[in-house]
Amino acid sequence: MEAWRIVSYSFKKPRRLTGINWMYLSDNKKEIGLFLMIGVLLMLIPGMNAWGPDSGVFAVSSFQVSLWGKYLTYAVLAMSLNLLWGYTGLLCLCQSLFFALGGYMMGMHLMLMIGERGAYQNVLPDFMVFLGYTELPTHWVPFYSFWFSSVAVLCVPGLVALVFGFLAFRSRIKGVYFSILTQALTYAACLLFFRNDFTFGGNNGFTDFKDVLGLDLNLASTQRILFILSVLLLLLAYVITSGLLATKFGKIQQAIRDSENRVSFSGYSTTSFKLIIFTLSAMIAGAAGALYVPQVGIINPSEMTPAKSLDVVVWVAVGGRGTKWGPVIGAIVVNLLKSFATRAYPDSWFIILGMLFVIVVLFLPDGIVGLYHKIRSKFPQKASLKAITA
Amino acid sequence: MIHHDPLYKDTPLILSVSGVDKSFDGFKAINDLNFYLEEGELRTVIGPNGAGKSTFMDILTGRTKPDCGSVVFHDSDGHDYNLAKLREFEINRLGIGRKFQTPSIYKSHTVYDNLVLSLDRPRGAFQSLIYRESPDDREIIHDVLKTIRLSDRKQDLAGSLSHGQKQWLEIGMLLAQNPRILLIDEPAAGMSDEESERTGELLLSLEKKHSLIVIEHDMEFIRQIARKVTVLHQGHVLKDGAFDKVKSDPEVIEVYLGRQGEKSATT
Repeated sequence: MEAWRIVSYSFKKPRRLTGINWMYLSDNKKEIGLFLMIGVLLMLIPGMNAWGPDSGVFAVSSFQVSLWGKYLTYAVLAMSLNLLWGYTGLLCLCQSLFFALGGYMMGMHLMLMIGERGAYQNVLPDFMVFLGYTELPTHWVPFYSFWFSSVAVLCVPGLVALVFGFLAFRSRIKGVYFSILTQALTYAACLLFFRNDFTFGGNNGFTDFKDVLGLDLNLASTQRILFILSVLLLLLAYVITSGLLATKFGKIQQAIRDSENRVSFSGYSTTSFKLIIFTLSAMIAGAAGALYVPQVGIINPSEMTPAKSLDVVVWVAVGGRGTKWGPVIGAIVVNLLKSFATRAYPDSWFIILGMLFVIVVLFLPDGIVGLYHKIRSKFPQKASLKAITA
Repeated sequence: MIHHDPLYKDTPLILSVSGVDKSFDGFKAINDLNFYLEEGELRTVIGPNGAGKSTFMDILTGRTKPDCGSVVFHDSDGHDYNLAKLREFEINRLGIGRKFQTPSIYKSHTVYDNLVLSLDRPRGAFQSLIYRESPDDREIIHDVLKTIRLSDRKQDLAGSLSHGQKQWLEIGMLLAQNPRILLIDEPAAGMSDEESERTGELLLSLEKKHSLIVIEHDMEFIRQIARKVTVLHQGHVLKDGAFDKVKSDPEVIEVYLGRQGEKSATT
């Protein structure tokens, strides 16, 4: 973390700190352009699925809609880690726990919505019948409400982060110790969720969902809606991240990454800053998890194993940590590579992934975005995307 | 917090450290330390390695808590604050700024932003979210930039500055906080002769406006800035007084200056 690399950007016109301003995007025309372009391009996927041809190059199958929807939720997950690791210098290894918790909260609602259409034709979810429950555990009851579940999607991961972060930051756990502790946390949670008596379905988790808000999850139209929601979440996460970075709060965030001592000797309580960012990041990851579950159709404790969190670290590193679009690019590129490699070379996927990580660490400390800047600076041109991805 | 008669300050002192002990695993880093600093004074603290200079700084800034003794900051309104009870950022907000030995600046921010973040403004998380730069803030920053001679580098990334400039920037970051006391740890370390002379001038220009405690090793540099010198040895004040007097003190030569002191005394 000490060896933080500075991508050299030139600051022609400084942006004054003007407090929180969600419309700050209007400062930078290119940034709005890119932002809208990505939004429109992504909307092409459900558009082509709905109205496009059934076969040929431009055909988009429903399978691909939900596949890309899944990638987008991964991209949001990567953005949430980037907020912590890239911009605050906290390498958190339990990001997938927050993602899975958000997923579980939405999963509980989806399980209850199955109603008597399950294999056992009982109002209780199948796994409960199987395990001999006669009535619904109390903490499951409020999840009949979609709105309660949606709030829980944000609050449960947020609360876990708040409590854990409070204890960790208060005791000044930093650097690699913080990473190890977060990894231990996700492992502990994973073991807990694997237990059948924890009322979350044990190692099978939740699956076989039927519908949400009366919309059949197996319909292509529902998948398209979920995809559009994922795009909106991605854009929202982007606006939150860059809106934050444009304020003094965001500058302090990066200052903590560069020199935490200096920040606390400048009169800031770094504990509260880190706690807020940690909680916010967990909530974003939770929201991504909630959209992931209905698109993938399953959630189980393997989603919160330490290995899953390490995957997220790889995505962010490959895309470029500490850059706005890097994590999105990284998440999509690595996952595309994965779905290609696991089909073409099923036995060597982990070797490929490992090699990719080593190459990035050794030669591309700023990932794909850094590589882009390097190439760009070799060919100085008028138009530059520097400011956008900075 | 100890409350004095609130309306006037009955002492010219700004800082009183008395009877402070601190041990780490049985090793006494600070041993019955007594230290008094007057308002507006520039004090240089010297001492051999392991004399407890850094621990002393850590105690003043709340990074380590003393085992016993009192560390009292006398504010100008007559309030006294026991620094041993406060946390780092609370001590800082009283107006005690610290410069670290190795430059600690925000290298991926511009020089200007480094100073903005150091300003003496509300520093809560929410206040930071809604903070707007005011013309006053800009004026203060430009004054500081002039003082530390970095006006023409203000939009450059701090990471691109030379070592000496980084040290000045950090001193500037302290100044932006408008501190009462500046604690400065080895400002001239790793600087060229010219840079260290400029640093000396900078520190001298701050005297009277602020109180300063400077820790230093470099004898040439101390000669340039020294007024009153305190010699620490084994966590205890060995001697204090004017630089020339302290320099020729046999006890001081014995424990610290050694051959270096004899050499400079004869030349």
